[in-house]
Amino acid sequence: LYPAALDYVAPTSVASALSALVDGGEDAKIISGGQSLIPLLRLRFAAPSVLVDVRRLPGMRGISVDAPDLVIGALTRHADVLSSPHTTGRWAFLRVAASQIADPQVRNLGTLGGALAHADPEGDWASVMLSASAEVTLVSPRGTRVVPVREFLLGMFTTVLEPDEILTTIRLPGKAQRLGGDYQKLSRRVGDFASVGVAVVLGVRERGLVRKQTVIEQAGISLTAVGPINTAVPVAEDLIIGEVPSTELFKGAAELVARGLSPHDDARGSADYKRAVVRAYVVRGLQNAFRTAA
Amino acid sequence: MKISIELDGSETAFDVEPRTLLGQLLRDQGGVSGIRLDCETSTCGACTVLLDGEPIKSCAMLGVMADGERITTAAGLGSGPEAVVTSVLDSDDLLPCGECRQAMQLVAAALVRAQPQATRAEIARALSGTICRCTGYQTVVDAIKTAIDGARA
Repeated sequence: LYPAALDYVAPTSVASALSALVDGGEDAKIISGGQSLIPLLRLRFAAPSVLVDVRRLPGMRGISVDAPDLVIGALTRHADVLSSPHTTGRWAFLRVAASQIADPQVRNLGTLGGALAHADPEGDWASVMLSASAEVTLVSPRGTRVVPVREFLLGMFTTVLEPDEILTTIRLPGKAQRLGGDYQKLSRRVGDFASVGVAVVLGVRERGLVRKQTVIEQAGISLTAVGPINTAVPVAEDLIIGEVPSTELFKGAAELVARGLSPHDDARGSADYKRAVVRAYVVRGLQNAFRTAA
Repeated sequence: MKISIELDGSETAFDVEPRTLLGQLLRDQGGVSGIRLDCETSTCGACTVLLDGEPIKSCAMLGVMADGERITTAAGLGSGPEAVVTSVLDSDDLLPCGECRQAMQLVAAALVRAQPQATRAEIARALSGTICRCTGYQTVVDAIKTAIDGARA
């Protein structure tokens, strides 16, 4: 299984990368880590005429804090998330997610930007970024635009990215007084896609001086592998925003998530099974997110 | 396309088609027969090499993408703790068929450098992208753990 013949360029500036994309037209394809794309090229599910390797573009790799937000360069690898000094405390849920992606070899090449742009409904990062209410920056010859991940994903393997547009950064808002998250993933074996994945992010704040009370001010609950695309569940998020965290509340949210779900029966499990797992994972994810909020 | 790779310590020039996979390039033009291209789906890990010291699958990277990079194969593993750890995997009793051996050795070498105090659980996680059909892994984890502890002592 080998890719079809193709041309390859490795530009070292955004301007030259954009002109390579414009020159290549619809047949040009961006490659970063290649951990999804190269298997597709080998199966000839994709046969671009030219690959534009963006890994040499400057300033697009690494994680930094732009207080209170976290900024992740699109070329940051899954393995970089596991070793970054910034993915601790309130951002530790990013490590929880990264550690569950594929296997160590894949994590050493695959990138966050590549995973988001690829938009595989069984990919993990899209759910995490939906729950974190992250935004992506897209650069094209027409300029720069910032798009919430909730508007970025359109469907299976489909995003708002134009053929001549490059995803450069991912920004996670951190204005919550305390922030925490979790990623619960069921996969049958290492390296397999998720049978079910649930990403949760919670922002909470203390209310009242005398009778202190913790209230949820930000909530993200998103699902992997139970529909045609990773999806957030606003109806469940809205239920818990403004409320005091409790297991009862979390169970109510899980019930709403499960009720709105229509997973498929497949080799990874029956629809009923997946619904039951999602229900359990939402409760567990919310409990872990609240417990670890910092 | 003309590229250059630091392969096992020596700068090596290649003239390669862009579609050629790194593993294919290293086997056919680099003479590295220890790289196995087995599963064809980027799953099994038998084609593992080290890219700047970190394990990657050479079947999931194009040769041209390695231009200017440092690639280590099992033949290029050095001395010291990593030799102690990788030599335990030479036994045919431990890895009978040998298909995954060089991948396991590269993963173990990278692990002992990155985490000289690795626990059994960390060793198992490090090996999780390297499939062995013979062993059931427990003896492999045991051998690496014993060797790591020995190398440190």
